[in-house]
Amino acid sequence: MTAPSVLPPPPPAPHDELELLLRLGDDRLVLGHRLSEWCGHAPILEEDIALANVALDLLGQATMLLRRAGEVEGKGRDEDALAYWREAVEFRNCLLVEQPNGDFAFTMARQFLFDVYAVVTLDAVSRSTNAELAAIAAKALKEAKYHVRHSGEWMLKLGDGTDESHRRVQGALDELWRFTPELFAADDVAARLAAEGIGPDLPALRAHWHELVHDVVERATLTLPHESSHTPHLNGGRAGMHSEHLGHLLAEMQIVARSHPGAKW
Amino acid sequence: MVSHSPASPPSRAAILEILDSVKDPEVPVLSVRELGIVRDVEVDDAGAVTVTVTPTYSGCPAIQAIEDDILAALATAGVADARVVTSYAPAWTTDWIEADARAKLKAYGIAPPRPAEHGGLVQLLRARTAPPCPYCDSRDTEIRSEFGPTACKSVCWCRSCGQPFEEFKAF
Repeated sequence: MTAPSVLPPPPPAPHDELELLLRLGDDRLVLGHRLSEWCGHAPILEEDIALANVALDLLGQATMLLRRAGEVEGKGRDEDALAYWREAVEFRNCLLVEQPNGDFAFTMARQFLFDVYAVVTLDAVSRSTNAELAAIAAKALKEAKYHVRHSGEWMLKLGDGTDESHRRVQGALDELWRFTPELFAADDVAARLAAEGIGPDLPALRAHWHELVHDVVERATLTLPHESSHTPHLNGGRAGMHSEHLGHLLAEMQIVARSHPGAKW
Repeated sequence: MVSHSPASPPSRAAILEILDSVKDPEVPVLSVRELGIVRDVEVDDAGAVTVTVTPTYSGCPAIQAIEDDILAALATAGVADARVVTSYAPAWTTDWIEADARAKLKAYGIAPPRPAEHGGLVQLLRARTAPPCPYCDSRDTEIRSEFGPTACKSVCWCRSCGQPFEEFKAF
């Protein structure tokens, strides 16, 4: 893991609304791609279908958000141009979603932490003063609610399952926990958006997220990692400072579009 | 199929009738109107038609096909000056599917959606009851998978008649 633990001085933000759309959209594009990597490899057929379904929802949400980002940017880029022709440093997703799938427990723990984050943030954004954003968030929220039911029930099954499943999902939580502070870190962009009622007040949402996560983790007989015991928090994704994993993901996601520009089938 | 003479502007009612002929590609027993995908139809003074649609699920791969099918059906009926626009609010819900459309789903072997839930953010451990079997009406059924071959359906099993069936999920 080579991501820096300290944010560089924030670059000038020409367009806060665009930043917010990219952050929300890129979280979903990258996580949707990660989940699609399970297609044909999940432990059981039902789960293969479930992961592909959730991936498709996330890609659909990313499409809405990045299409809107392209409109707001006003440079003629559509959602495909933003997905396939940006470099890793231009992506604004959090580091959590770009982490490799690992085993099924790791994928589900990552998904659960994100799904709870998605419901609390989309719920807030559905009340945004920006009507376009509020409409997209309200639509996505309906999907996030059944995503978290799926990943949350897997946390219970795995945590309260066999010694092996318990060990693996606890290990996944321990490994992933250091990526969660980034989810609620408010840089200048996020702070301005929250003050204007456009974006979520991220630091204020953290307690609710923690409460929802803790409830499930406890029922799953798992233990939340101690705040004092984890390695330094990792962040930087919102400013384009990513782990090395994102470059590999993008290489695979972008190669066809870049090898055959404008191809149709 | 309603045919329309290009000489006079089409009426809104005529456009709606044409849209009744456009079926959902993944649930071909229902029209796009019956599914609640068509939210509005406008015909301006010059006869230009605007059809407003809303996607079912964000990632529903059928939405592009549906837009193409709508334009093709209108063109076949002689309405060439038409466009489809997308609206996200209010978000689509299965509660918009009317009783007669629900009966068509059941006759097609798909358990119709039950009322959508609008409650809290995170609802776990709420064992969802399985829908009655659309074939034999038995309630001795189980949900085999919350996720099915399309985003809008789950996969169920009837213990009475031994028939697997799909449920249109309440959403």
